[in-house]
Amino acid sequence: MESIKDKVAIVGMGCTKFGENWDKSADDMLVDAASEACEDAGIEMKDVQAVWFGSTRINTAEPCTTALKVDYIPVTRVENLCATASEALRNACFGIASGVYDIVLAIGVEKLKDQGMGGLGTVSGAGGNGTIEWGMSAAMFFARMATRYMAHYGLTYGELKQVLAKISVKNHYNGSLNPRAHFQREITEEQAINAPMVAWPLGLYDACGVSDGSAAAILCRADMAKKFRDDYILVKGLGLAVGARQGYLQPDYDMVHMEETVRASQQAYAMAGIKNPFKEIDLAEVHDCFSITELVIMEDLGFCPRGKAPEYVRAGTFKLDGELAVNPDGGLKSFGHPIGASGLRMMYEIYKQMQGKAGPRQRKNPTLGLIHNFGLNPGSGIGSVTILGQRD
Amino acid sequence: MVGIVSYGAYVPLRRLGPGTQGWTAAGEKAVANWDEDSLTMAVAAAIDCLGDIERGTVDGLYFATTTSPYGEKLAATTAAWAADLRPDIITADITDSLRAGTAALRMAADAVKAGSAKRLLVTASDLRMGAGGMDGGFGDGAAALLIGDKDVIATIEGSYSLSNELLDVWRASGAKQVRSWEDRFVFEEGYLKILPRAVKSFLEKSNLTARDITRAVFYGPDLRRHRQMAGLLGFKPEQVQEPFFDKLGNTGSAFVPMMLVAALEDAKPGDKILLASYGDGADVFLLKVTDKITGIMGRWGIKNSLASKMIMRSYSDYLAFREFAASDPERFGGASASVIARDRDAIYTLHGVKCLTCGTVQYPPQRICTSCHTKDNFEPYRFADKKGKVFTFTLKYGADVPGFARPMVDTMVDFEGGGRAIFGMTDMLADKVKVGMDVEMSFRTLGAGGGIHNYFWRCMPPRPSAEGWLGKETK
Repeated sequence: MESIKDKVAIVGMGCTKFGENWDKSADDMLVDAASEACEDAGIEMKDVQAVWFGSTRINTAEPCTTALKVDYIPVTRVENLCATASEALRNACFGIASGVYDIVLAIGVEKLKDQGMGGLGTVSGAGGNGTIEWGMSAAMFFARMATRYMAHYGLTYGELKQVLAKISVKNHYNGSLNPRAHFQREITEEQAINAPMVAWPLGLYDACGVSDGSAAAILCRADMAKKFRDDYILVKGLGLAVGARQGYLQPDYDMVHMEETVRASQQAYAMAGIKNPFKEIDLAEVHDCFSITELVIMEDLGFCPRGKAPEYVRAGTFKLDGELAVNPDGGLKSFGHPIGASGLRMMYEIYKQMQGKAGPRQRKNPTLGLIHNFGLNPGSGIGSVTILGQRD
Repeated sequence: MVGIVSYGAYVPLRRLGPGTQGWTAAGEKAVANWDEDSLTMAVAAAIDCLGDIERGTVDGLYFATTTSPYGEKLAATTAAWAADLRPDIITADITDSLRAGTAALRMAADAVKAGSAKRLLVTASDLRMGAGGMDGGFGDGAAALLIGDKDVIATIEGSYSLSNELLDVWRASGAKQVRSWEDRFVFEEGYLKILPRAVKSFLEKSNLTARDITRAVFYGPDLRRHRQMAGLLGFKPEQVQEPFFDKLGNTGSAFVPMMLVAALEDAKPGDKILLASYGDGADVFLLKVTDKITGIMGRWGIKNSLASKMIMRSYSDYLAFREFAASDPERFGGASASVIARDRDAIYTLHGVKCLTCGTVQYPPQRICTSCHTKDNFEPYRFADKKGKVFTFTLKYGADVPGFARPMVDTMVDFEGGGRAIFGMTDMLADKVKVGMDVEMSFRTLGAGGGIHNYFWRCMPPRPSAEGWLGKETK
């Protein structure tokens, strides 16, 4: 097996405003994100040789082709739940790394607000069975993990809620500095703690919202990246681990970690040559679909020891000015989760941070950034980790 | 000789009673939860009745009710699947009469006598709604009797039936509520006339008098008429089985079978039990208790069921339960006939699998073992009778949860003997749910979508027998 490290460069990116984009269709957002990416790379759409298109609701490639008018080239629709956009990029990387294509587009879109969707949905029978596993929502999946986190580490409800509130407050603060975020306002710990319950112990502010959005990246072979720009960034590692429901079937699963995240990060760290992720990584965009998810991800990615994430959160380690900024752009908490666009939206932040273009959120000289997605639920998930870094 | 081999009963946890807002009757009545119906209650009674009896020895299941979940579609097959019986058995629904329970008993006894079956399980269950004041007297519940000709705890010594054409109490096809004609006509031309005629004919035929009967178990529409009937039949109060009007309510076709279970709980070898049901005529049986009665143990039965209860907060919650049961055909849809058919052992019987290579049990059934990854090397494994502990849980407050069921409790259960699976929890107090608490499994309906009743298992705290366990349902 070979590493992807330094074989693929990102030379342009685009990202729409995320939110309740009532006035924009999926087509509009695809055009906006792709145009920004092309412009950023200094190319035209006709220069793109192949497209990987991520969406969970649009289940063919044709709408993307039609919207962008990318005539008569390979366009492939990819889907992998919450990792869908990262999967578009991952597969696009292989297209470049194989040498078959020079310039490709990875793009993701989701238009959830045309479907009357108020919250991350009820899964009526995962796996096509309408009876077993009836009536479950994403909040319930992750609430179970929150309950376990309390039981496993002996935290009281009050202690857990306070730690979770700090995560939500941090992400809302970061989002308040980001003009592309859906929610651009700060909240207080009290608001978060006292919010109406969604799935006990998770309340309204422990959950991310639902929004529309699109994000895109232009990739090329690393050795030709300089033709496009000086401040391109490089793909350092790609990890993907899909769970086989083992945590649901096996009573030895503790439900205070997500094995798929652990495995995906191990793959990506190995490719990128990362030994000490907490020290080496400057920025991480992680899948904070719920506050508890971000808490556990900190441990899964090796940013802190098992059971210690609450201490790190209380110490402010993951704040914008902390040792390792987590969700500097505001995260899913501020952006909502248009599923097929989120991974590329996260990459957009890392890309801009590396280029020193993150405005009020800018970290000082970041060199290595991580993007993490987690689909489905603890015990049976899809973990995706992407490492992006500065050129040498 | 043909008789009863075992008995079981089920009274739902909830009661309307003093303390229930909007409930004016003096006594209590048992009411099914929103996720229960006549079929699920019958399954609970059947499982209670079967105890440790090898399920493979049962050759048939009759389901007696006036409130079958389907107008066309056997409920007995679903009950048989849920009770983990063999497929090569007799199944039938006996319906449309208050006598359905005793009619099923007779049919089962005749089938055993004729050699069509060695053991037949009779279930009787009802969940009726009445028009006007009738509903106050109706309760919900189920009984099960295993009929056979070996190891019987009570032999069927004789029987008598009378058919009578009369519109006294009825429910038209498609109507939800039971109706009746005016009281004086109903009782004087029906119940008070026909039941004594049948009982007297039977006693005369059998050369018996009321004095020869140890325990008289007979139908009554209400307490007043039941007492009146005891006098008409010549029974002293101490001979009469308590009818539970103030604790359970009139459970329709299950009423007399449930009273019989209560009588059997207190019976001694040699006791003679007279059983008399009413509805479009009357059925009368004489049972003689054998010394095997002392060997029946561990049944949940009537006494324990009645003692374990939760008084409902308000009458309007109860109405909401029934409204839900009658439900919006689109609500909570998603059950697929072909999926249920394919997975019926997993869904209705709650069969998981045990890997024959490494011994790991798992639910739902897998093709490739979760532990050793061996392919297609499993035997079925019954989870329905396994106890477990809550590994984790969440309380769902979503807008899609009906107010009367909010919050909904969702759990992940670790089973004794291995295996882990996800189940909703029922008959609990949401604020008492804890990691590590004990649970057992109960067959329930998740609602009716698209005209399909979506039956599945849920977990629940074991129902202790101590009176007032849960007390009043609180916010």
